[in-house]
Amino acid sequence: MKTIRPLAALALALFAAGAAHAHKAWLLPSATVLTPDQWITVDAAVSNDLFYFNHVPLRLDNLVITAPDGAAATAENPFTGKFRSSFDLHLDKNGTYKVALVNNGLSASYELNGEKKRWRGKAEDLAKDIPAEAKNVQITQSTGRVETFATAGKPNDTALKASGKGLEMTPVTHPNDLYAGEPAKFRFSLDGKPAADLKIEIVPGGSRYRNAQNEMNLTTDKNGEVSVTWPAAGMYWLETTLEDKNASVPKATSRRASYVATFEVLAQ
Amino acid sequence: MRIRLKLYGALGALLAGSAAAADLNVGVEVPNLNVAEYHRPYIAVWVAHEDNSVATNLAVWYQQKTGKDAGSGKQEQGSKWLADLRQWWRRSGRSSTLPIDGVSGATRPAGVHRLSFNDKQPQLAGLKPGKYELVVEAAREVGGHELVRIPFQWPPAAASHADAKGEVELGSVSLDLAP
Repeated sequence: MKTIRPLAALALALFAAGAAHAHKAWLLPSATVLTPDQWITVDAAVSNDLFYFNHVPLRLDNLVITAPDGAAATAENPFTGKFRSSFDLHLDKNGTYKVALVNNGLSASYELNGEKKRWRGKAEDLAKDIPAEAKNVQITQSTGRVETFATAGKPNDTALKASGKGLEMTPVTHPNDLYAGEPAKFRFSLDGKPAADLKIEIVPGGSRYRNAQNEMNLTTDKNGEVSVTWPAAGMYWLETTLEDKNASVPKATSRRASYVATFEVLAQ
Repeated sequence: MRIRLKLYGALGALLAGSAAAADLNVGVEVPNLNVAEYHRPYIAVWVAHEDNSVATNLAVWYQQKTGKDAGSGKQEQGSKWLADLRQWWRRSGRSSTLPIDGVSGATRPAGVHRLSFNDKQPQLAGLKPGKYELVVEAAREVGGHELVRIPFQWPPAAASHADAKGEVELGSVSLDLAP
């Protein structure tokens, strides 16, 4: 039953994303700004400290890699260990790759014969898993994206386009054109529309070696945009979550959406 | 970074705006470094607009042939590490096709290397009158990274000489302009 534990942990991390003390899910690329035809390796994990593997891996089942031309790219040498998953990616096309773990699941609570029950799963299993005679069925849809970006040669925007579904980030400043001391702008959207008043948290990596999180808290404007000026070079983790009633699964009454991205900020 | 700027010849002002040839001479010193593992630095020399965009590339020195990677011993292209010249890569390299004609060159040993251009050459022919910066960036494998800038006006009104000095990865950088 080796595969169950990490999977459960992943589900926990994603479903608990809205909680105040949630673990942080992240992708960590080995490099983000490269010359053409290079390889990168990417780690995927859930932890409290950024970016250290000390809790559970992120499963790679829902990995979606978009190549600079919009086509799907394939992860090579995928592996899931005790603390992290890893894979290699050949940047054989010039431009920007988007690496995303895209999750979409349901959680439900219901009563059966006077007993309270909980369920987690996929939309297609809902009818099969929850008996028709169940009462007080409350279904919540949970969607999440964990993303990072890497560019070989000249950056482009094809892979960065939003799908129009769920909570997404469309960079205004290119995500592989980030430098210490310079401002960067990101636009958040929910189902393709600007996500205004969204709370955005940004935490620099290397948290093991300092006393505070040093997080930056931002709020999106009416266009769903935030601007951040990077205090120093390094890796940064961004997260935002929201809850609403606009689930896309018919029987779900509420939705939790989360968005996470890892950015590399270069020195001047 | 120290900058000294001297202007020679008041007569030069009279020549400004004339169609006379203008010269731009750059000196780049690759310093002698006493380190256990030494690799010649990758160096980019370019002219930047005030907004940091690249007006023209003057030189990019890197390992152009397939060589052995110091870490793995495997064969690899020297151009792989050009992104370590991170400002040049951002401003110009990543949108250029390599090698760049008349710009790309092999890495240089320690010593002072001189580059000479006049406004008839393709590197300077398109340079409109205005304020610019000469930028020299160095990145060395298992070493450091450094950027040196010298501001100047083009075309030069008079002969001028300016110096800047790097801390570690670059020695003296000089810019001589002549109308």
